[in-house]
Amino acid sequence: MQKSLHIDPNKCTGCLQCEMACSWENYRSFTTAKSRIKVFSFHEAGRFVPYTCTQCDEAWCMTACPVDAIKLDPVTGAKIVLDPTCVGCKVCTIACPFGTINYVAQSGKVQKCDLCDGAPACAKACPTAAITYVDADWTGLEKMRQWAGKTDTNPATV
Amino acid sequence: MRHLIIGSGPAGVVAAETLRKADPVADITLLCGEPEPPYSRMAIPYLLKGDIAEAGTHLRKDADHYATQRIQVVHGRARSVDTTGRTVDLGGGQRLPYDRLLIATGSRPSRESIPGIDLPGVRSCWTLEDARAILALAQAKPGIRIVQMGAGFVGCIIMEGLLSRGVDLTILVRSGYMVRRMMNPTASGLLQQWCQAKGVKIFTRTQPAGLSAADGVLQVALADGRVLPADIYLSAVGVDPNLDFLAGSGINLGQGIVVDEHLQSSVPGVYAAGDVAESRDCLTGKRQLNAIQPNAVEQGRIAALNMAGRPTAFKGSFVFNVLTTLGLVSSSFGEWEGQPGGDSAEVLDAARYRYLNLQFQGDRLIGANSVGFTDHVGALRGLIEGRVRLGRWKQRLMEDPTQIMQVYVAGVHSVA
Amino acid sequence: MAWTKNVLRVNLETGTCTTEPLNQTWAQDYLGQRGLATKYLVSEIDPKVDPLSPQNKLIFVTGPLTGTMAATGGRYSVVTKGPLTGAIACSNSGGYFGAELKFAGWDMVIFEGASPKPVYLLLMDGKAELVDASHLWGKTVWETEETIKKQHQDPQLRVASIGRAGENGVLYAAIVNDLHRAAGRSGVGAVMGSKNLKAFAVRGTRTDAYQVADPEGFFKAVDAGKAVLAANGVTGQGLPTYGTQVLMNVINELGALPTRNHQDIQFEGANNIGGEAMHLKRPTDGKANLVTNGACFGCTIACGRISRMDPGHFSVKDKPQYHGASGGVEYEAAWALGAANGVSDLEALTYANFLCNEDGFDPISFGATVGAAMELYELGLLTKEEVGFELPFGSTEAMVKLAELTAKGEGFGKLIGLGSKRLCTKYGRPDLSMTVKSQEFPAYDGRGLQGMGLAYATSNRGACHLRGYMVSPEVLGIPVKMEPQATEGKPAMLKAFQDLTAVVDSAGICLFTTFAWGLQDIQPQIQAACEGDWSEERLLLVGERIWNLEREFNLSAGLTCKDDNLPPRLMKEPAKTGPQKGAVSKLDIMLPEYYQLRGWDKQGVPTPETRTRLGV
Repeated sequence: MQKSLHIDPNKCTGCLQCEMACSWENYRSFTTAKSRIKVFSFHEAGRFVPYTCTQCDEAWCMTACPVDAIKLDPVTGAKIVLDPTCVGCKVCTIACPFGTINYVAQSGKVQKCDLCDGAPACAKACPTAAITYVDADWTGLEKMRQWAGKTDTNPATV
Repeated sequence: MRHLIIGSGPAGVVAAETLRKADPVADITLLCGEPEPPYSRMAIPYLLKGDIAEAGTHLRKDADHYATQRIQVVHGRARSVDTTGRTVDLGGGQRLPYDRLLIATGSRPSRESIPGIDLPGVRSCWTLEDARAILALAQAKPGIRIVQMGAGFVGCIIMEGLLSRGVDLTILVRSGYMVRRMMNPTASGLLQQWCQAKGVKIFTRTQPAGLSAADGVLQVALADGRVLPADIYLSAVGVDPNLDFLAGSGINLGQGIVVDEHLQSSVPGVYAAGDVAESRDCLTGKRQLNAIQPNAVEQGRIAALNMAGRPTAFKGSFVFNVLTTLGLVSSSFGEWEGQPGGDSAEVLDAARYRYLNLQFQGDRLIGANSVGFTDHVGALRGLIEGRVRLGRWKQRLMEDPTQIMQVYVAGVHSVA
Repeated sequence: MAWTKNVLRVNLETGTCTTEPLNQTWAQDYLGQRGLATKYLVSEIDPKVDPLSPQNKLIFVTGPLTGTMAATGGRYSVVTKGPLTGAIACSNSGGYFGAELKFAGWDMVIFEGASPKPVYLLLMDGKAELVDASHLWGKTVWETEETIKKQHQDPQLRVASIGRAGENGVLYAAIVNDLHRAAGRSGVGAVMGSKNLKAFAVRGTRTDAYQVADPEGFFKAVDAGKAVLAANGVTGQGLPTYGTQVLMNVINELGALPTRNHQDIQFEGANNIGGEAMHLKRPTDGKANLVTNGACFGCTIACGRISRMDPGHFSVKDKPQYHGASGGVEYEAAWALGAANGVSDLEALTYANFLCNEDGFDPISFGATVGAAMELYELGLLTKEEVGFELPFGSTEAMVKLAELTAKGEGFGKLIGLGSKRLCTKYGRPDLSMTVKSQEFPAYDGRGLQGMGLAYATSNRGACHLRGYMVSPEVLGIPVKMEPQATEGKPAMLKAFQDLTAVVDSAGICLFTTFAWGLQDIQPQIQAACEGDWSEERLLLVGERIWNLEREFNLSAGLTCKDDNLPPRLMKEPAKTGPQKGAVSKLDIMLPEYYQLRGWDKQGVPTPETRTRLGV
């Protein structure tokens, strides 16, 4: 069975070890600004929410790419940006309704989570098990996907 | 079953591939109007810049891709469609029969009606052939003068490539501001300042009265009497859907090909997708053309499923786009002009070319404009298309529009 | 390699920013952060300078492990001459600011002079710009941070700023980053205010600014360190669950919890304001004060308290801006706002703590000064007319009111903002100021814990628990158990702690790791990150060098061995209750031995041999 990143915001303390690990994996640098997973802080609610690509079935980014620069990894299910092919047109960044594929000015390409070839560095670095890599059925992805496609919902009350 | 697809842009190619997946035994023919492998116009700016070679513009990189998929690629242009006899005429006596037809012929540059528009040296920058011609001239004669009419999406996105070739660029803008179909005046003003700071001459509220040639140099006569010499007059005043060949076909045409929720035209068995399809805007409910890449591929996919006998409704789309003008990224979503009675919020840092404007109807986000703001912009699509009720989070966005991703994530994770 | 090797110098007088290479020799001698910035400060300013004059400098500095995956590797320090003490001031903060500064490519930013008008520094990677802050002057830290992020349309900007306390010259004003993490002590915020520098906003996106020297070795050392923290009872369980507030009941029961301006040594209300109480559901709204624990950058301990107040509490009833969650009370703050003045209302302490964060002032010095004012009031030296309201010990209303007045710089709050030494001196009883070098004690009584008394007396930045945490051996048995009343071995233990602490404070990591980590856990991380030889021996020498450099600065500033002292109350008034009943500080026994171990003469001046050995 394919695995997915499972995120439990209740366990997150906001330490950003995941962001550093992601940046290290891809840039050999700890620069959190370059991370593909982002921890959002909700100060007034006292919550921290790690957030990244869910590798959704619709693959909006992949289908929208005009130069075929995003491919499906058949093993992990990850949608992977092929850097040499990406021209940096950013169409995928507006097509992804989750906001999880982003343009990197430094490289002139886009980047997104690629599940680190099946060994996600963020999950390994998380000290509280807020991010784990588990069988896909266990995740709350469906909830997220449904929400994104849902109409007339009120996120403040669901 | 014989499927014929006219047009090999993103909509046509995705449709062909989707058909193959849905029906392993069908005949699939893809008609390419240009003598090139299917390619992406979106990639042309990067070809001009020299970031990629021509092969980098190809929609599919594997040369055997279409053969492997058993998609027959035919080069030629449709002259007319006989919906009764179910054939498409390519001229020269060549006819292609079909059982199901998809029209995905895309757009072509709008033609200006001024004297001299047919002179040599007048071009668009739309096709690979256009790009080759411009590059050849720029390389043959460094510092060539280009007078570009129009600063819409295409006009803006090619500027970087042109400047990188060392051309002397002058832009004429008929209206008061650039990209006015995508951007509000504030966003547009930022783009203009940015371009001018990069050495582009921009004349707003200016249009040519006519073109003439003298000693191989074009003379662009402006309405106010000034004359600008030019090696190339680049016409970029917008695009129109490619519909001419449908005259007399019996297919119901509005602005484009009028389609139903299955993307079928008024003639059974004939479908349309991409720039030529006039379909429902999921925000306004109005029929409209939507010439953007994500819409083209989605419509190509949906039309193909319907052609293959799998009834699938198109949920509607709305217009959003992202534009890079000389390195400055801007984006536009939905009803960026707002609606009467709706709230709006914006934040501007002109010195740093950063701007974000949000438009609301009630507690829903309906549109946005951004300049210099690239992180997580897709969430704008998610919030607008999902018609998400923001509840008390709307107030947060009214106070600080840059909290958009926070608000989005708050919704996903039900942060109280 | 773990240094960016870049220093930004900001001349506020002229509004110019210049870049210079880091002095590599100094980096090898002083490691980073606290030590390195002290070296710069000592080399660049006259120690006798008025701390609030333009001639003082203000240095923001990171360490080599700041912005790395080392656990707690997100610290930065602010180093300057302190206005409260007239001594070296070095305040350490967590949150996310320090790492961001490093990502932007800077080891250190040195602010010089004073700006003619309010400004803030906007530092986007290599681009530094002083921006007009007229619209921010008079605003709180919370408003300032929000406004700057919005103005530059970047929620990821990290902001360190002063509130009204720093603007108004509160002598213990703090610099607050990330809304509720603070360079809290010694008045570094007042120095920032004196320079008309409202804030410092930074965004770091560079991937090439620095690198760890030996990545493989680094991750091995870092992972081992994290495992040690996770397995340790204090760092793995106690701190995440209760925060530093785990100590409240422990210290109280031990009889070392200073109460009502150190008149008592145990507080009857301790149970109401400690870590356990923060977990209890309130009868009023059925919710606990504590919402969750939060971490600073890179921290795998996560001791931070995130609290939400009872919206019906009198202090915030009609103030919705305080109804959301924010930084809750840590042990020192709970003690100072509570036990030090006899207040046992956790909600009121939380509110006052919010105000300390919101307007940037040190809750320790503030709370302790309130305690002193209450004693002056009860002695009749301070009247209701002067204060504006009654000020007896235990008055929740008075403590809350004074927090509000101090934040705004109004009424009697102006005097409270000067600290207890100046307040008590004004009313003729300087002996009632519970301070060393004019800085207020934190939450351990120097009679109850003899080693802490010595630590306070000798701390280079005035009374402080973070310069040699003798609570570890005296209470927790780390690394060995020492009886609270014993004096034997304490000067040596304190010296070792002080030197080790100087290393930790110079490395970019949090001192709280040392509940679990010894030098043998820290050394491999520094060694793998930094080029050069960083053996344990060398690190301890670096620590000792830093300590002596700070000492030299203080001596040059005019401080003497007479300032290595404790208030007469701790020397003469025996503890009244508890296990330490009858105790007074035995500082006179320990101090000479301490001087000797330090290689200082009887006047507390480093001997020529010591100076030569350390190269100070």
